Amino acid sequence: MSTTTARKLTMARAISEAIGQEMAHDPNVLVWGEDVGVYGGIFGATQGLYAQFGEDRVLDTPISESAFIGAAIGASAEGLRPIVELMFVDFFGVAMDQIYNHLAKNHYMSGGSVRHPVVLMTAIGGGYSDAAQHSQTLYSLFAHVPGLKVVVPSNAYDAKGLMISAIRDDNPVMYFFHKGLLGLGWMPSDDWAEVHVPEDRYEIPFGQAQVVGTGTDLSIITIGAMVPKAMKARKLLQPAGIAVEVVDLRTLVPLDRKAIVETVMKTHRALIVDEDYRSFGMSGEIAAILAEEALDYLEAPVRRLAVPDIPIPYSRILEQSAIPSVEAITQAVHALME
Amino acid sequence: MESYVSMYRTMCLIRRYEDRMAEIYTEGKSPLFSIAAGPVPGEMHLAAGQEPVAVGVMAHVRPDDAVTAPHRPHHLAIAKGVDLRRMTAEIFGRTTGLSHGKGGHMHLFDPSVHFSCSGIVGAGFPPAVGAALAFKRQGSGRVAVAFAGEGAANQGTFHESLNLAALWKAPVLFVIEDNHYAISVPKAQSTAIVDNSDRARSYGIPGVSLRGNDVLAISEAAHEAISRAREGQGPTLLEVETTRLYGHFQGDAEAYLHTGEKAEWRQHDPIVRFRNYLLEHHLLSMADDAAIQQDVATLVEDAIAYARQSPEPLPEDAWTDVFIEG
Repeated sequence: MSTTTARKLTMARAISEAIGQEMAHDPNVLVWGEDVGVYGGIFGATQGLYAQFGEDRVLDTPISESAFIGAAIGASAEGLRPIVELMFVDFFGVAMDQIYNHLAKNHYMSGGSVRHPVVLMTAIGGGYSDAAQHSQTLYSLFAHVPGLKVVVPSNAYDAKGLMISAIRDDNPVMYFFHKGLLGLGWMPSDDWAEVHVPEDRYEIPFGQAQVVGTGTDLSIITIGAMVPKAMKARKLLQPAGIAVEVVDLRTLVPLDRKAIVETVMKTHRALIVDEDYRSFGMSGEIAAILAEEALDYLEAPVRRLAVPDIPIPYSRILEQSAIPSVEAITQAVHALME
Repeated sequence: MESYVSMYRTMCLIRRYEDRMAEIYTEGKSPLFSIAAGPVPGEMHLAAGQEPVAVGVMAHVRPDDAVTAPHRPHHLAIAKGVDLRRMTAEIFGRTTGLSHGKGGHMHLFDPSVHFSCSGIVGAGFPPAVGAALAFKRQGSGRVAVAFAGEGAANQGTFHESLNLAALWKAPVLFVIEDNHYAISVPKAQSTAIVDNSDRARSYGIPGVSLRGNDVLAISEAAHEAISRAREGQGPTLLEVETTRLYGHFQGDAEAYLHTGEKAEWRQHDPIVRFRNYLLEHHLLSMADDAAIQQDVATLVEDAIAYARQSPEPLPEDAWTDVFIEG
């Protein structure tokens, strides 16, 4: 990630740059969704694209999610490569049939003859008092359904490379950007995500986790906005002599099972940190992998830190108690080391 | 535009196919009916009686136009030109099927003729709008046609898609096959207006309702709508009254029908009426008709034999085609 000439970009800018570069390269790449045009996307993921490519390739849609997400199914079958934004992951309920019964399954149900190169992108996460219908994470819902790739970048460099890979992938890809990493200015954002981003078009392959901080005592396995939080906890724990390794999964589907097992073979302790709900989701899946493939290497039971099974509350105090914090991560590490 | 005799022949092929499928479906399912038993398991929704809408519309649809079909798709697939052998093998769940046995009768996909299906009511509207958007950008004059039952016109996808297609001036035709019943619920109990075509006005597009299950009237209306779409004038909604001569699915006791309702539909069989028309107008002779009946029977038996002789998939084939690799 480091070069001599740093070109720091916000994650939002990195995403829109990736899309713009791929649009310039491939005339079949189109963007549509709510407020993606003149506005540039409520979270800035399509900023500048309308000015560059015009309404012919960047289409503002009505608030008809089933129609415009379903349209991506037919359009992709006929040669287009749509990138479709639906503002908040919380809004997907109204269009789920097109996604989990069609986009995800048509390739399989057609015996491999139908292809849907579609990127569905959306914002996830809380931390700014938007309450239970605008603060969820929910990537596990989509990872649960066979046929969808699930991408969750933690920083601008990954965001660009993963978006380029997503656009070039012939499978449907769900691309989740965390609102608290985008560098929006009008919303709290973690500076950790704003890093050097090369100008060239580069891919980051799916299914390759990254060890973003090495350590020998304990592994934090996580993704998205919990990566910088885990890194902060890692730093706070150093004076106590606890060397934490942080693994950024980067994609849930495909999942880098090897990296999950390898880090635990090294540290023998695992804490899974997840901003999604605790039950039946990512944290449980990783715990199961460790139980199946790394049980002999564990010196302590696997521990999970996730949103307890409650909706995200509105009040600042209540929300902070629901979403895993740096402090909660630090405490969980201490508990695991005892 | 196909000749009348050719349209008649396709209608006969569909009828023969559905009647034979009704027979085959019972194999292995007696004396005790089990939906899971026999060479053709699962649900079976047959379209006998609905031939006019498939053939009348498809007379103006080219092989490179896209069609999205609902859970009752055989008539549409046959009229669109989906390979009969591979379609039948798919319904038998064989490796030679369109989807190698992964789709079945409600999920027929044939990209070579741009035909796709969904088992979810109303789900085919949005993909048709998307295909039409792609065609419009290509400037190719290609169109997309979405077929669905009258029950689907009460889905959100219907209204969202009409609005979006109208906004985009997409070359798409929405065809509502009104066969009177959404499973068991009559249209009057599910739909607040008589004609769904009236709903087109809400979206500023033409809407046409046709009664009588008449293939020539349907063909004429479809010709106009598809021509409009090809010329860049945007979408049309076409509602066609038709009849479902079998139940919603095979095994449906149809206790919800009025006494004599089915008999009345059979009396007005659209194939018989079209044959009489062709005979009266000397477009068809009795000898021609006999040859057509023989011909379609041969085609159907060939497809069934092909399916029966095709290998079953291997258990491990279930693991492939989730994602495109590489």
